[in-house]
Amino acid sequence: MTAGVSIHNVTQRYGTALALDGVSLEIAAGEFVVLLGPSGCGKTTLLNIIGGFAEPTSGTVLIGGRDMAGVAPKDRPTTTVFQDYALFPHMTLAENVGFGLRMRGVVKPARDAKAEEMLSLVGLSGRGTRRPHELSGGQRQRVALARALAVEPDVLLLDEPLGALDLKLRRAMQDELKAIQRRVGTTFVHVTHDQEEAMAIADRIVVMNGGRIEDQGPPRQVYLRPKTLFSAGFMGEVNRITVTGGQSPLGPLAVADGVLCLRPEAISDRGPLRLGPCRLVETTFFGTHLRATVEPAAAPGFHLTVHLPQGAAPAIGTVLDLGAEDHVVLQEA
Amino acid sequence: MGWGLVAPALLWTVAFFVLPFAAMVALSFAHMEGREVVRGFDPGNYIRIFTDWTMVKALLNSVEITLVVTVISVLLAYPLAAIIAFRVPARWQRLALLLAVLPFWTSYVVRSYSWLLVLGQNGVVNKALMGLGVIAEPLEIASTRSATVIGFVHFFVMLLTLTIYANLIQLSPNYARAAADLGAGRWQVFRHVILPLTLPGVVTGAFLTFVLCIGDYITPQILGGNTELTLPQLIMLQLGRSGNFPLASALSVVLMAVVTLAYFASSRWLRLDRV
Amino acid sequence: MRVLSWVYLALAYAFVFLPVAVLVVFSFQDGRLPVPPFQGVSLDWYAKILGDDDLMAALLNSALVAVVSSLAALILGFLAAHALARVRLPGSVLMRGVLIAPMTVSYLIIALGLLTLFNQTGMRLSLWTAGIGHVVINLPLCFAITYAAMGDHQKNAERAARDLGAPEWKVLLLVSAPMLAAPLAAAFFLSVTFSWDEFIIAFLLTRFDVTLPVEIWSMLKSGLSPATNAVGSLVFLVSVTLVVLLEVFVFRRAK
Repeated sequence: MTAGVSIHNVTQRYGTALALDGVSLEIAAGEFVVLLGPSGCGKTTLLNIIGGFAEPTSGTVLIGGRDMAGVAPKDRPTTTVFQDYALFPHMTLAENVGFGLRMRGVVKPARDAKAEEMLSLVGLSGRGTRRPHELSGGQRQRVALARALAVEPDVLLLDEPLGALDLKLRRAMQDELKAIQRRVGTTFVHVTHDQEEAMAIADRIVVMNGGRIEDQGPPRQVYLRPKTLFSAGFMGEVNRITVTGGQSPLGPLAVADGVLCLRPEAISDRGPLRLGPCRLVETTFFGTHLRATVEPAAAPGFHLTVHLPQGAAPAIGTVLDLGAEDHVVLQEA
Repeated sequence: MGWGLVAPALLWTVAFFVLPFAAMVALSFAHMEGREVVRGFDPGNYIRIFTDWTMVKALLNSVEITLVVTVISVLLAYPLAAIIAFRVPARWQRLALLLAVLPFWTSYVVRSYSWLLVLGQNGVVNKALMGLGVIAEPLEIASTRSATVIGFVHFFVMLLTLTIYANLIQLSPNYARAAADLGAGRWQVFRHVILPLTLPGVVTGAFLTFVLCIGDYITPQILGGNTELTLPQLIMLQLGRSGNFPLASALSVVLMAVVTLAYFASSRWLRLDRV
Repeated sequence: MRVLSWVYLALAYAFVFLPVAVLVVFSFQDGRLPVPPFQGVSLDWYAKILGDDDLMAALLNSALVAVVSSLAALILGFLAAHALARVRLPGSVLMRGVLIAPMTVSYLIIALGLLTLFNQTGMRLSLWTAGIGHVVINLPLCFAITYAAMGDHQKNAERAARDLGAPEWKVLLLVSAPMLAAPLAAAFFLSVTFSWDEFIIAFLLTRFDVTLPVEIWSMLKSGLSPATNAVGSLVFLVSVTLVVLLEVFVFRRAK
């Protein structure tokens, strides 16, 4: 029902291009892991290697302790939810969901019963006789999920499954996906380039870039304590201030040498790390907060982005005395 | 404005397709007295077609040859199209396809003629087999039904390879991957996913093959000889030898009826607008 | 499996090219019959056919009929497709059906129908009557290809042009036609090759001036001859050149 995945030093080359560069990753049984990164970072390649759709140039993949080298997708304890869903258009929903069981020689009544059970798991109970073209995008996504789960895989692989949905539906499906994962207990490996989606569903986020793992950990850790500048920037907006020998463009700052990273919401009039007086240049109302651009008095031309409370309505030109409540210092790669 | 643009094409089709067809149907109910056409409503031509054994035989020959040709052509073309679509590396596919259908562009008349050179008594096949000592006497292939079928299959394998390839290449590769991922073997992927998804394209190609094959005069005339007549050969005979236009028209209407039957038999899967 | 695939591919190519290879090889036959044994290379037969006035006249006739009838079919088909893709006219499904219908009818029947009509109206058979028949068979093709190529993208651009004040004929000429250049060219060239090679309509609907396939047909009646091989090889060369040009300049660029 569930198994861990152990990826050891996997490299994938396409001609001279290096898609994966010595990636190692341990995924625990029952964990919800999200591979996050920009397009071309190697996340989909890694997913394809776990699913058996590509053989790595070097390195090993173990699922439930078993070496997967040379094992075809159909013989792996994994199933995949494809980005375009790949629902078979000539089959009903029940036939789609029951397809894997049919391939395993399960008789029709048992298949149909399981298909109905899986459809009700994803909230499409009683719609087994419909065909994929009658469904909305979100419903198709659920059927694809039901189909992949119907064969009770140890590991479920999801290749940007929410990418084709509009934003509102995507946020709703995130919650559902997480709830379903908790219920079935299967290991989920989910690929996305949307960091909000990653934070909403992951037990652990694995940030990838240029064929390597940049950072990994629970969402809170990756967001608040990123290990690299790339990770900090990819997870959300960040102000970068270069500090050398305790000196910065804003004047002396009591932090270690490196790049001081401040999230806009960590800056306010409180906070122990004082940034000094800043002049308000521009504000935009975002609903949950007021996004402001400020210019430190000590550094004309240098801009910081700050999130002020939604109720605040300071005039342009107002001088605020700002400080940071939380910060990290990272080194240039 | 819309009407003005459709009108020319529509008028042309009505004037030179619908109207002539109607005239032909009307003529099929006329009969000949000596060399004169006598108009009227006389079903005699149709009665003759279904009672005169040479005519019934020609109809049966046509249907039989066409069915055999269609089935063999599909069976040969599908693997060829699949190999080009799935085995040949992407950058060579267009070239492989272009090559596979290149002889499609020779003159139709000349293509049948060249099969005569290949299959004839002194043809390449007989000379080669006799040279190798496989046979002592030349095989009688030319001027038989086999030669007609070979000539037809040659042409339609190319046509069907094109249409089936176009269908295969349109399928998202994720269908096959999803099926394999869920435990389907190669054969099962083909049987349960690829084949049903390409069926409309195959049926459409097969229908076109049927239409073109059953109405063709050249191939049976050059390769089949005059021993086993097909319907188009019989029609041309009526036009040429006896100038019996009414009977020729009636035979054409019967030919048209057979095509219509084929249309209804395959209409469930036909996609003529997506040829 | 893999090896079997390549074997199958090789056999298929052999089957497909066998008659063409025999045709071309024996067009160079230094002898009277285009069958083995091959008696040596000679260009005499090519010299003979190139000096044959009837054949050369038929070649020109074919080219003329092909170009003129394809142009007519293309213009009619394009205008109809443009209208039916854009505005919802009452009965547009029926009209589409009528326009496509000749595609499902044997050429022989189309030819016989036209022959009946021309006989009854006393119209004399000529290259023109054959051309009329070729427009009938190529119109559905041109219509279907251009109709399929007209998407929303196309309609939006036309709407924008109209919005900017272009009269309808300018929309057609300056926006629709250039945007559809590739499918229009494909439809035209396909029509040309079909018309150029069409036998039965040309055979039944011409009298004194004939097209190339009809002329080749009459050559066949005098038995096997390397001269026929030479004509066939030349036609093949011309068609293949057309196809390659089409591939390189139209389809390659369309991508």
